[in-house]
Amino acid sequence: MFSWFFLLFCDVFLVFCDVSLLFCCCPGAGQDVGRSCILVSIAGKNVMLDCGMHMGYNDDRRFPDFSYITQNGRLTDFLDCVIISHFHLDHCGALPYFSEMVGYDGPIYMSHPTKAICPILLEDYRKITVDKKGETNFFTSQMIKDCMKKVVAVHLHQTVQVDEELEIKAYYAGHVLGAAMFQIKVGCESVVYTGDYNMTPDRHLGAAWIDKCRPDLLITESTYATTIRDSKRCRERDFLKKVHETVERGGKVLIPVFALGRAQELCILLETFWERMNLKAPIYFSTGLTEKANHYYKLFITWTNQKIRKTFVQRNMFEFKHIKAFDRAFADNPGPMVVFATPGMLHAGQSLQIFRKWAGNEKNMVIMPGYCVQGTVGHKILSGQRKLEMEGRQILEVKMQVEYMSFSAHADAKGIMQLIRQAEPRNVLLVHGEAKKMEFLRQKIEQEFHVSCFMPANGETTTILTNPSIPVDISLGLLKRETAIGAAPDAKKPKLMHGTLLMKDNSFRLVSPEQALKELGLAEHQLRFTCRVHIQDPRKEHETVLRVYNHLKGCCILSSALGTGLRLELDELCRNNSCRKSSMIDGNSRMSCGILKDYSVQHLPDGSITVESILIQATAHSEDQGTKVLLVSWTYQDEELGSYLTSLLKKGLPQSTP
Amino acid sequence: MAAHLKKRVYEEFTKVVQQHEDLSTKKLRLTKPSKSAALHVDLCKATSPADALQYLLQFARKPVEVESVEGVVRILLEHYYKENDASVRLKIASLLGLLSKTAGFSPDCIVDDAINTLQNEKSHQVLAQLLDTLLVIGTKLPENPSVRMRLVEVACKHLTDSSHGVRNKCLQLIGCLGPVEKGVAKEAESQAAKDVQKIIGDHFNDQDPRVRTAAIKAMLQLHERGLKLQQAIYSQACKLLADDYEQVRSAAVQLIWVLSQLYPESIVPIPSSNEEIRLVDDAFGKICHMVSDGSWVVRVQAAKLLGSMQQVSSHFLEQTLDKKLMSDLRRKRTAHERAKELYSSGEFSSGRKWGDDAPKEEIDTGAVNLIESGACGAFVHGLEDEMYEVRIAAVEALCMLAQSSPSFAEKCLDFLVDMFNDEIEEVRLQSIHTMRKISNNITLREDQLDTVLAVLEDSSRDIREALHELLCCTNVSTKEGIHLALVELLKNLTKYPTDRESIWKCLKFLGSRHPTLVLPLVPELLSTHPFFDTPEPDMDDPAYIAVLVLIFNAAKSCPTMPALFSDHTFRHYAYLRDSLSHLVPPLRLPGRKLVSSAVSPSITPHEDPSQQFLHQSLERVYNFQHLDPRGIQELLEFTIRDLQRLGELQSELAGMADFTATYLQCQLLLIKALQEKLWNVAAPLYLKQNALASTAAKQILEETYKMEFMYSGVESRQVVIIHHMRLQAKALQLIVTARTTRGVEPLFGMCEKFLQEVDSFQRCFISELPHMQGSFVDKLLDLMPRLVTSKPSEVVKILQTTLRQSTFLHLPLPEQLHRATANIIEPTGESDNPLRFTSGLVVALDVDATLEHVQDPQGTVKVQVLYPDGQAQIIHPKPADFRNPGPGRHRLITQVYLSHTAWTEPCQIEVRLLLAYNSNRSKASTRIPKSTWSESLEALPPSENGIEGTIPFSKPVKVYIMPKPARR
Repeated sequence: MFSWFFLLFCDVFLVFCDVSLLFCCCPGAGQDVGRSCILVSIAGKNVMLDCGMHMGYNDDRRFPDFSYITQNGRLTDFLDCVIISHFHLDHCGALPYFSEMVGYDGPIYMSHPTKAICPILLEDYRKITVDKKGETNFFTSQMIKDCMKKVVAVHLHQTVQVDEELEIKAYYAGHVLGAAMFQIKVGCESVVYTGDYNMTPDRHLGAAWIDKCRPDLLITESTYATTIRDSKRCRERDFLKKVHETVERGGKVLIPVFALGRAQELCILLETFWERMNLKAPIYFSTGLTEKANHYYKLFITWTNQKIRKTFVQRNMFEFKHIKAFDRAFADNPGPMVVFATPGMLHAGQSLQIFRKWAGNEKNMVIMPGYCVQGTVGHKILSGQRKLEMEGRQILEVKMQVEYMSFSAHADAKGIMQLIRQAEPRNVLLVHGEAKKMEFLRQKIEQEFHVSCFMPANGETTTILTNPSIPVDISLGLLKRETAIGAAPDAKKPKLMHGTLLMKDNSFRLVSPEQALKELGLAEHQLRFTCRVHIQDPRKEHETVLRVYNHLKGCCILSSALGTGLRLELDELCRNNSCRKSSMIDGNSRMSCGILKDYSVQHLPDGSITVESILIQATAHSEDQGTKVLLVSWTYQDEELGSYLTSLLKKGLPQSTP
Repeated sequence: MAAHLKKRVYEEFTKVVQQHEDLSTKKLRLTKPSKSAALHVDLCKATSPADALQYLLQFARKPVEVESVEGVVRILLEHYYKENDASVRLKIASLLGLLSKTAGFSPDCIVDDAINTLQNEKSHQVLAQLLDTLLVIGTKLPENPSVRMRLVEVACKHLTDSSHGVRNKCLQLIGCLGPVEKGVAKEAESQAAKDVQKIIGDHFNDQDPRVRTAAIKAMLQLHERGLKLQQAIYSQACKLLADDYEQVRSAAVQLIWVLSQLYPESIVPIPSSNEEIRLVDDAFGKICHMVSDGSWVVRVQAAKLLGSMQQVSSHFLEQTLDKKLMSDLRRKRTAHERAKELYSSGEFSSGRKWGDDAPKEEIDTGAVNLIESGACGAFVHGLEDEMYEVRIAAVEALCMLAQSSPSFAEKCLDFLVDMFNDEIEEVRLQSIHTMRKISNNITLREDQLDTVLAVLEDSSRDIREALHELLCCTNVSTKEGIHLALVELLKNLTKYPTDRESIWKCLKFLGSRHPTLVLPLVPELLSTHPFFDTPEPDMDDPAYIAVLVLIFNAAKSCPTMPALFSDHTFRHYAYLRDSLSHLVPPLRLPGRKLVSSAVSPSITPHEDPSQQFLHQSLERVYNFQHLDPRGIQELLEFTIRDLQRLGELQSELAGMADFTATYLQCQLLLIKALQEKLWNVAAPLYLKQNALASTAAKQILEETYKMEFMYSGVESRQVVIIHHMRLQAKALQLIVTARTTRGVEPLFGMCEKFLQEVDSFQRCFISELPHMQGSFVDKLLDLMPRLVTSKPSEVVKILQTTLRQSTFLHLPLPEQLHRATANIIEPTGESDNPLRFTSGLVVALDVDATLEHVQDPQGTVKVQVLYPDGQAQIIHPKPADFRNPGPGRHRLITQVYLSHTAWTEPCQIEVRLLLAYNSNRSKASTRIPKSTWSESLEALPPSENGIEGTIPFSKPVKVYIMPKPARR
């Protein structure tokens, strides 16, 4: 890009580029579902992405190992910010523990709906763990409140400046209400963290979307790395058909859900179906969270899908007519019913209670609408276990039908690929999935996009080299001057520019050489190349000079004649010019046409010849008078012309008749 | 304080004075003869650029006459060179463009000047504006290729400008004016203009996305103007599909589509392999790829264009519906495949076999292609898209492709059926319509029918009715299917009784399409029993009628069916055949004659006896010259009666019969009026009798308007005769007034007006006059010179004699003639419960009506509400209230707002539909060449400016309402 004069600077510059690295390590979510927690170190900034808990464990393993971040010293000093992608507990469950018990006072970023709903879920989680299981040494309600005070809410597509260099931006991710993907940017290096996302819209949320931000690294979830799903319409119809038939048979349908997320989608689905088919069987939703949750769904209409956004003026879709609150006593009622109960993986709480009651009847059905973590009852029954060992050595025989409907709103393999295509990252990192499945997706990504793809295990650190471009200020005058030279600017081609790169006070500037010299207080040095050419010529020096002059002049005339393309005149010229033979117009001199055409050749009184800045002098050889030494000297700017002239002279002078 | 106020008042006062001065100077300027001079003065006066800008803005508000345009342009140009301020120059440049648009002005005289202005211009904005002006000039000179060439050259020169705006305009100009024919390009002396395509193509890689878009648009513009684009552009356009900016991608998709239509069969290589495919297939694949683009605008664009790519090979087409499923790397079948398998194995999809969606064979990891290069699953994605606009576009595209390819239609069926459950009503509706359009190619499987029928419970009326329409033309494969459909339709009927008509109609077609499938169902449907008599069903039960409609229509082409009927069925048949003749076809029943003469559809309308009858009776009427007046009257009366009866019997001839009957009625009235005794006696004595003549004249006028505007298919030949009849009626009116009024003064005006009308008649129908030998007008025009000069009393006398002597004109009948009819379905007018509302407030009344053979209902159909106090209110329904369920049919579903002061007791108001007409809009006046709206306004004399009126064309419906006094 820059001329050789400044190569020294450029070398430094290149080294500087290579130094920039991007670290990424996963205390939580690497090759595992549940307990999402990722640390990203980007251009010296440390960001923690998500702070989740693991549903399958009840001991220390449920929270990420924060000692990994720093052994001694406060987390606040080490982390620049924490970003929470959405309110699922496996993405935010450890937040109060992290901020209050381990201790972190920096900013925590999440979207508005997440900020609203997250504390409800955390409180619920706390209640189950502390009040029901009687655990101690757990975070308290007050801690949740204190933790939420540290949260900064962000809007979609709003660029938040965390500090002077670090900025984050949220994109819509589908999945659940308020789920967001985050772009973290320092300078020109950037990372996109998707959190959980969904590329197909559903009954209540839209599809994830990102612009072509070309991040250096895309950290994507990969729950369904090896699945390509059927169209959602078939899924919906299947679901409705199953529910409908069971209800018609007089059976009860249990749908374990998390209070927020899928539950609302399924509610809307069933609600509209009930209304259309005019069904009478009651639908219940386990109380507690429902009302609050639905309240937020009604509130955050802008985060829902097109249909709900367009119709909420007439009727807010989240105001259900057919769905009523559930009471524990209803579970024993005779007759068909549909119950949504929390939590979704049948590991505790109401859903597990109802499941125990209904499991014995083959008329009943349980529909698992989402993913189940290993170790939960949900996972066990889905994998075909018909006899479950419950607490207190009880054996529960499962006779009811067990169904799995893939309603989980994660992107499938195609969706992941689609997102990668949209964002065009330079590297991809897979998290939040099973190792075996990720391996398949990794191969595919590398094969299709030719980008490197990583899948670190828990605790593993991945280092990614980036190649950031460094902005340099250029003065407008210089820019205009330089663009005026040569061909018109072409968008796709790099353009050569002459200038001086000044690195001063942490800023880069490209200035004209004169100005640089002035600023630095340096004197200008001229650089000249000199070359000797030996010519066999027994005549006097000044005669030799004259011959050389004539030769060059001739080349000049010749070239200008050729330049105008008038062959006839050229021939005329050759015939008239007695000192040249027409054979002289060989390839050699014709070659010179292009170069010598525009230059003026002058014979100076002091016996030297100048072609522009090139100086030619002739001296006799000290030993051999028959040999003349031609001294050719040129400045580095005229390198091209100078070397050309040398080569021309080296070929020797034409034979001339006196 | 007071002093302060006073001061303020004083200040304001002085201000006002200043304004006055301002105004007065303005007035002076207005009186100046030439615009250009005024402008010149203004611009010279302007002291600052802001001032000059103000003057120019004011100047731009007023139109400039054609003659002074050039002068104005010169002054503007002169000022342009003097002006230093860019904004003023910009305004001048835009004014130049505006001025060269002036109608009648040929801008070739200012081309050179306009081009010259470009030379020294530095400001990019002004440059862009100037180029825009050049574009306007160029488009005004379509027949001057040399000027265009010059302009294009100028544009090419400025293509290197650093501002995107200038480059944009240049490209636009080249696109609009660039030479299209090859010959012109060769003649061109300049190299630059030789290959416009290449020049534009070079800017596909411009650094500014706006310029890239403009380049593609210019290319498309060239294509639209008839230039054949080179195939080489294709590869360039393909690269643009990956552009960062959505507008570029969107335009690129269009360009690719255009190229695929131009070179469908040429072969392009597939990158990274040795294979080659047809260009149209490649383009199809690329556009399919864009269906999953990040921007929904591009997605809509791509989905829409897919529909019009008919030449695509079938295997590519079918890929669009293909999506290979897998679960944990094992192949899974889609729900559609499973349903099909279940069906072909003879088992109705129970949905109870849970294992059936278990993943099957392992997939070779290498073979799975997650990002398809081609068309794979484009429609699957499009139909699942987040934005309903994309989904609708995808459905439309599916429809178009399926119409041209039956095998594709079969394949896309599952997807369309799925769309019936979309969450947005518009999408559901669109997919139902689509299904109807392609229904000729498909047969529904039972499981599909099941899903289709489930939608019958939809609460939206539009959806249900669309579905009925769909069922009218679907093919069902099994008798269970028919049964299912019937059961669901009956369910629908009980749930929504208002759908009655539509359901009956639907069953009519269902029956006549599937007679053999209905046959085995008959005993069950009629609940007959081999041994026992079953109770006779209630004849008024809509559900029973629905069943009978199905059976009778099936029986029409299935002669064995009536044997299965029980006695009461035959009775019911007779009853229904009379009461619902449009739903129940004539049947050959044992021991019973066919009710109407067998009209088999094979007989063409011309051989039709009723048609013959119509023509015969008209022949008779037209030859009545030799009959005595009494005989003529009788003959006319009889013929009118016959025709009216014929219209009632033969629905397809109703329009024609009514039309002629109306015409004869007019003639009859005219004859009757002329035979009044009034003419023989002195005027004042016969005040009573003349009532008949004047009412006759009035009625004829009304009838002629009806004839002109209420029938669709009226041709100009008929329009002449109608207008002729109207002219006669006006003459009659004139005569009657002359007889009954004393004094001559009012007659002057009337005569004048009448003569004007004769004149305009002549102008409008000059070509038809030779056919009107011996008619009233013919004679009148002969006497015209005399009429113009003579006094009103003489005019009247002449008119009277010509009116008596003139012959009766033949009314030639057009091929197709339909009378506009309207039928108000709702309100039914049967309710005894008054609609109560507080006086002074409004109440909304739902009006639902079907319109047939109404042209442009949005503009013409009005709702009239008549209150008991004689107050009438005309409501214009919104254009969106009209739906178009089929050709020639419209449906008006609207709300009418009623309001009135308090009444003491409920009373009935009348609601009816009116057809508004405006004689200006008539078919006659469209024959006068109109250039622009404003011109025609000036050209037409006010008398011709049209009589606006309304024709009631539906039966009035009474609604019981009760405005209550407001409670205090």
